[in-house]
Parts: sequence; C-alpha cells; structure tokens
Amino acid sequence: MLRDTWLVFCRVMLPVLRNPVAIVFGIAQPLLYLGLFGPLLGEGGWQWFVPGLLVQMALFGTAYAGFSLLPEVRTGVMERLRVTPVSRVALLVGRVGKDVVLLVVQSLLIMLAAMLFGFRASPGQMLLGLGLVALLGIAIGSVSYAIALKVKLEYVFASVLSASIVPLMLLSGVLLPMSNGPQWLYWLSRINPLAHVVDAERSIFNPGSVLYGLISVAALVLVGVFYGVRTFNKESA
Amino acid sequence: MIKARGLARRFDTKAGPVDAVRGVDIDVAEGELVGFLGPNGAGKSTTLRILTTLLQPTAGEAVIAGHDLLKDPAGVRRNIGYVGQKNGSGQDQRVADELEFQARFYGLSKHDARRKVAGLLDRFDLTGLEKRGVVTLSGGQQRRLDIAMGMLHDPRLLFLDEPSTALDPQSRRNLWDHIKQLKTDGVTVFLTTHYLDEADYLSDRLLVIDHGSIVGEGSPDELKHRVSGDLVVLGTPQASIVASKFENAVVDGEKVSFRIPNGDRALPGLLRDLDNIGVELHSVQVHRPTLDDVFLTMTGRSLREEANAA
Repeated sequence: MLRDTWLVFCRVMLPVLRNPVAIVFGIAQPLLYLGLFGPLLGEGGWQWFVPGLLVQMALFGTAYAGFSLLPEVRTGVMERLRVTPVSRVALLVGRVGKDVVLLVVQSLLIMLAAMLFGFRASPGQMLLGLGLVALLGIAIGSVSYAIALKVKLEYVFASVLSASIVPLMLLSGVLLPMSNGPQWLYWLSRINPLAHVVDAERSIFNPGSVLYGLISVAALVLVGVFYGVRTFNKESA
Repeated sequence: MIKARGLARRFDTKAGPVDAVRGVDIDVAEGELVGFLGPNGAGKSTTLRILTTLLQPTAGEAVIAGHDLLKDPAGVRRNIGYVGQKNGSGQDQRVADELEFQARFYGLSKHDARRKVAGLLDRFDLTGLEKRGVVTLSGGQQRRLDIAMGMLHDPRLLFLDEPSTALDPQSRRNLWDHIKQLKTDGVTVFLTTHYLDEADYLSDRLLVIDHGSIVGEGSPDELKHRVSGDLVVLGTPQASIVASKFENAVVDGEKVSFRIPNGDRALPGLLRDLDNIGVELHSVQVHRPTLDDVFLTMTGRSLREEANAA
C-alpha cells in the first residue's frame, strides 16, 4: 500500500518537477490578490486577509486537481494501471499527495511574499497554518478526483466545479468578513464548513479559537477521503 | 490457462437493460494464440474486460492463469498482461519512466526494473526513445510501448484488445511479428480483433462472438472448411440464364455468383458447358472461402460491412 502510494506519487510528480515553472504560474493568482486586493483592506488587514487567501488557494488548487485525471481516463492509462496489482487506494492517495505537496510549497511562497507587505507570522504559526491548509487540500483533492472519475467529461466536470466552488468561496468570508452582511447571510455562512476553516486559519495568526475549524476540517477529511476511496474502489472493480 | 463458464454481463442503461455478454464459455490451453473475432458491439471488449478484472461479471465464473477471477482478482492481475484498445501511456510522461513505473507496480525493485526495461526497449524497437515524451511518439511506437508495458513482468498470459486498430499497414505487419514472437516464446495470447486478415494470420484457434454469444469455434482452416465450396463470380450479359443453372446463385447486374466445391478444378469444364449453350462471358473470378464467408454463414451478416460501417 505505502509503496504503491509512493510509486503513484512519484509517477505524477515527475512531470511537475521537470517543469517547475508551472509551480510559479500556480501562485500568479494569489499574488495578484495579494498585490491588488490586499492593500484595499488597510494597514492592519494583512493578518486577517492572508490566512483567508491561503484557504482560497487550498480550495482552488485542489478542486481543479481532477482535471489531471481526465486525460488518463480517456486514454487507456487508468485502465492499464487498474490491470496491474497496484492498490486502488494508492491510485487516489498518490495523486492527492502530489497536489498537497504543491499546495504546501505554493502556500509557503505566498506567506513569504505576504511578509514583504507586512504580514507577521512565527515559524510555529506558519507550520500550523500550512498543516491546516494541507488537511483541507487532502479533503477537497480526494473529492475532486472521485467526481472526475465519475463524470469523465471535461465540460461536465467544469460546470460541477464552478457550481460548487463559487458558493463555497463566497460563503466562507475569504474576501470580506461575513459579519458585515445581513443576519441570514451570516447564518448561511455558518453551515459552510469552509467558513469555519477560514476562521481557524485566521485564529492561528491572530487571537481566537481554532476548535470549530479543526472539527470542520477533520470531518471534511474523513468524508472526502472516504468518498474518494469508495469511488476509486468501485469504479475500479 | 483460461477456463470460463457462463460469463455474462448486463448493463443497466436508460433505455433498459442491455445484455452485452450472454453466458460465454471459454477454454484456452497453455501456449495457444486464440483470436476472439466479432463485429463491433458483439461483446468482445466486454468479455475481455471481465477476464482482465476490469469489469465484474453479472453471472458466471472463471479461473485465469490459475487464480479465481471473483475470489482472487489480485492474483489474476499479478499473472496476466493486458494491452487495452487505447494507448496506456501518459501523455506527459517519458518512455523509460512509464516502463520503469509499470515494472515497479508489479513489485520489481528500482534496479531490477531498470534492467528489465533496458532489455525490452531493444526487443520492441524502442531503443533511442527512452528520454522522449510519449506525446512525441508515432502511433506504431506508442503501440509497441503499450505492448512492452503489458509484457514487462513476463506474464504467461497476455490479453490484447484490438491491437492493430488505427495502425498503418507497415506498423501492423511489424506488430504481428511481435505477437508471433510472443507465441514462440511460449506466452499464451488471447486477442480480440474485427480484422479477418489479422485473425487469420495470427490465430491458432478462433472464437467467433456475435450478440454476446459464441457462435463458432475452430482453427481458421477448420472454420473455412465449414463454408461449402469456393465462390465463383462470372461477368456476363446473360446473368439470369447462368443463374438458372446453379443452386443459390445470386445475380447482381451483369454478375452472377455461386458456390461450387473445388472451384479451381471445376471451372474449365463449367466454362466449356456455358460456351456450348451460347453464353457470352467477359470475366471469371474464383475466391477461396475467407473468414468473412465463415462469419456470413454463421451469423447471416458480413463482418466486412460491419467493419466498414464502424
């Protein structure tokens, strides 16, 4: 199992390492938010804004991961791998591992860039912050691959993604505090587990409680990985 | 090597259940090269996907390479090789990497995998392509890479699904040589095809499938013998007169076709007789029975038309 996961991880990581420029392109969007949106929040805004930006990166970075599986499903790659004795779970976990490693590297780069603007964080806080982002990435990445395996078509997958990511992001308070809005909108955001993860990520770099966020992210990981593993086991029957 | 009984697979579609495979029995002995012939949609690929653990049968059982298909699919996977209809190498990967990972998925150490790959590159004419991206390979090269990946762990049983589809004639011929070589090396090969020439050239034995059931079985020659006689086609302006002289003759414009035993030897006498009754002929053709004729007699449909329509 572990060996299989490591092999699958290496197989999908290799093309990325051959072309590391893509990692830098991957942080172009959060860099733009950092430079062109962050300053709007004023001097003290960085401590509040950067953690949310990290969660947004986790969401967008791993939700789209499933796209990398689609060509391998359409050509015979997945089929070929499924006839080998390689563990079905490894086919999922190895891939998610690649996306999470990239996510952590990109998040670290963004944190360091944010420090140039005035974001403050201790190494311990950074480590915790990256850990939370990684957990969220595992949950969302697993679901993304499972859905990609099910729908198999790019255009269907793209519409499933935009229909689910945009409300999740808007209701998470990544860009503006949800408490600024009317009560109903605030309560709607409370049933979005991502909003609690954003709160927890902020509490790591500011005073506050990470409890609800940890519970949320733990639940997301459990549900996401369970759904992913079940789908990979079934579709690979 | 393969012993399957009553394999069936039903798909539930929006238009109702579809029985893609209806109770198929297959026996393949060690070292045999068996062709699985049938038109598109006959159930070839579905059967193959069942035999290679990709698809669960809705009924039936099978023992593949000494392992029970339903109880020990992992055991089956370890002992078979599979080359699917579509290319199995990742477009963003390099040739040697894909081969090496494939070997390691079968449990080889990094070192053993390297050595194994080096040997296979030469055998499948892939030397010099190790560092090339898969996306830059020609169709024939990709196909050879697929077969090399299917053979990396030296399986005693290899499944090939439509191996020569979309290849140019030269690559096809080259592929056939590789497949024949596998047989010489003692590998049992089970391949699906809807090309008659491929089935004819490669197979020791053929299974013919249509509408999800096996409709015929035998060596290519045995199957051809079941078609009674050679096909004679005469071109004449008096087609209907000629047709009236032979049983089951078919008239198509100025062409008459019918079957007679030993057509090549019967023809001179036949032509003299027609000349004597004043029939004018402007062309004569004799065809030995082909697998298409076999298929036509067994199913009432021509495989060639199916292949062209596909």
